[in-house]
Amino acid sequence: MNIPISADMASIVKEGVFFGFLIVTVVGALLATCAKRMVRAVFGLVVCFIGVAGIYYFLGSPFISLMQLMIYVGAVAITIAFAIMLAEPDEDKIEAKTPPLAGPFAVVLGVAVTWALAAASLGAKWMNPAPVEKEGTITQVGEALLTNYSMVFELVSIVLLIAILGSLVVARSGRDKSC
Amino acid sequence: MDLNLVHMVLFLVGIIAFAAGNAAYLVWVERKGAARIQRRTGPCEVGPAGLIQPLADGAKLMSKQIVFPDGIDKPLFMLAPMFAMIPAVMIFVTIPFGPVGFGPFADFMIVAREMNIGLLMILAFASVNVMALLLGGWSSKNKYAVISAIRGVSQGIAFEIPLVITAITIVMISGSMQLSTIVEAQAGGFWNWNWMPLQGNLFGPVSFIVFFICFLAETNRAPFDLGEAESELIAGFHTEYSSMGFGLFFMGEYANIVIGASLTTILFLGGWTSPFPEFVPVLGASSFLWFLLKIYLLIWTVVLIRWTYPRVTLWSLLNLAWKILIPFALINLLGSAVLIKILPMLGL
Repeated sequence: MNIPISADMASIVKEGVFFGFLIVTVVGALLATCAKRMVRAVFGLVVCFIGVAGIYYFLGSPFISLMQLMIYVGAVAITIAFAIMLAEPDEDKIEAKTPPLAGPFAVVLGVAVTWALAAASLGAKWMNPAPVEKEGTITQVGEALLTNYSMVFELVSIVLLIAILGSLVVARSGRDKSC
Repeated sequence: MDLNLVHMVLFLVGIIAFAAGNAAYLVWVERKGAARIQRRTGPCEVGPAGLIQPLADGAKLMSKQIVFPDGIDKPLFMLAPMFAMIPAVMIFVTIPFGPVGFGPFADFMIVAREMNIGLLMILAFASVNVMALLLGGWSSKNKYAVISAIRGVSQGIAFEIPLVITAITIVMISGSMQLSTIVEAQAGGFWNWNWMPLQGNLFGPVSFIVFFICFLAETNRAPFDLGEAESELIAGFHTEYSSMGFGLFFMGEYANIVIGASLTTILFLGGWTSPFPEFVPVLGASSFLWFLLKIYLLIWTVVLIRWTYPRVTLWSLLNLAWKILIPFALINLLGSAVLIKILPMLGL
């Protein structure tokens, strides 16, 4: 059952999948910014998140890739879509007014940012990263969170707690007791 | 990079065939079960005991025209069924079915690609499933579909929390997220399984019940099928879908049931290990046949529950999740953590 596959072919498949994820990310981002319907924009965001998750996988961290999928696609995007559905049931006629100079300004800014990023990436010396040990990624993340970064970890949990309490306060005032 | 193309292609085809075959024949099981409970015969015309009925249904679905109603959001309308099916197929990639258990390939594990964070992978892809419901309901431009999507999302988000917390409890007990490690920790007989309150795992039954209820709710099964309550919402989020659009939603639903049953089996019911390996040596100590037997028994339980319990209201559904299951799951998690730390200190 073993068909030997040359290293070339394997790397072609690998690079193809990698560029596939890159394209998915960019297309999703474009969809998210260019779509006129809000729900389509959220869908673009989802596609973009999936692409980013794939890139994380290629960076050698399946754990972060799956957390990206679970948190951003499974929770954040769905919450955003939910909020849009509740707030804007019919958004066909919304035309945003833009100031007259916004278009040219955006073009100039876009060219500048692209030039800066391209100059930075082309001018930099790219070195091959040290090989990352693939096993035990969760262990490393867990140990880092509970030793070196335990303060950050605790602060984040306090921020989340405050967010939960705040949403409870906001939700409580507008609710009658009938149900 | 060791890329065994034949292995991958075989498993890909096998997974899709398994998902589709299960969807087809679980519908038959469902209809026969419903008929049995309601004192009818169920499908009986096509083939012996209606066994060819699923094939006829499949052919009918595939040959029908896809109708696009006016005013829908067409790209999203077409993408939503794919979002229902693709995550399910992705999940099957990482579910281990166990070793063959007999014959020349007794040690061959039937799994496409086992990951050391397999449980996380299943939970991550399962959370994408709500997106299909949301997109399908929204893009249909149908009031019933939108109401159904809103219900489905609030239900899905609510029950995902206790589901994940309970899964974390099991991860703590087994010390691994790899599904085969979790199963091997339960080997040796049914008293070692995670749902039994023996072996120091006093909260096992609570975990099991919380997990099973969440599994029913996450797969939108009765008594929690608020998303497609026929008497209120026609067919819910897939009201406007015809032909294979509807077919993919349906396959996705049954694939999710199989996934839920597999996950429950792996986490709580000892996966592919035999319940009594020493006394009754049937099928070997560990075999994928045990796994299939367990998941189909669970699925049959799910079918029985669907046809015997009435549907709950949306409020009692959400109250069940937020007021009962989440506190229970949290207490369960804390209790299990304390037990894991304290029992070794007492020398148990």
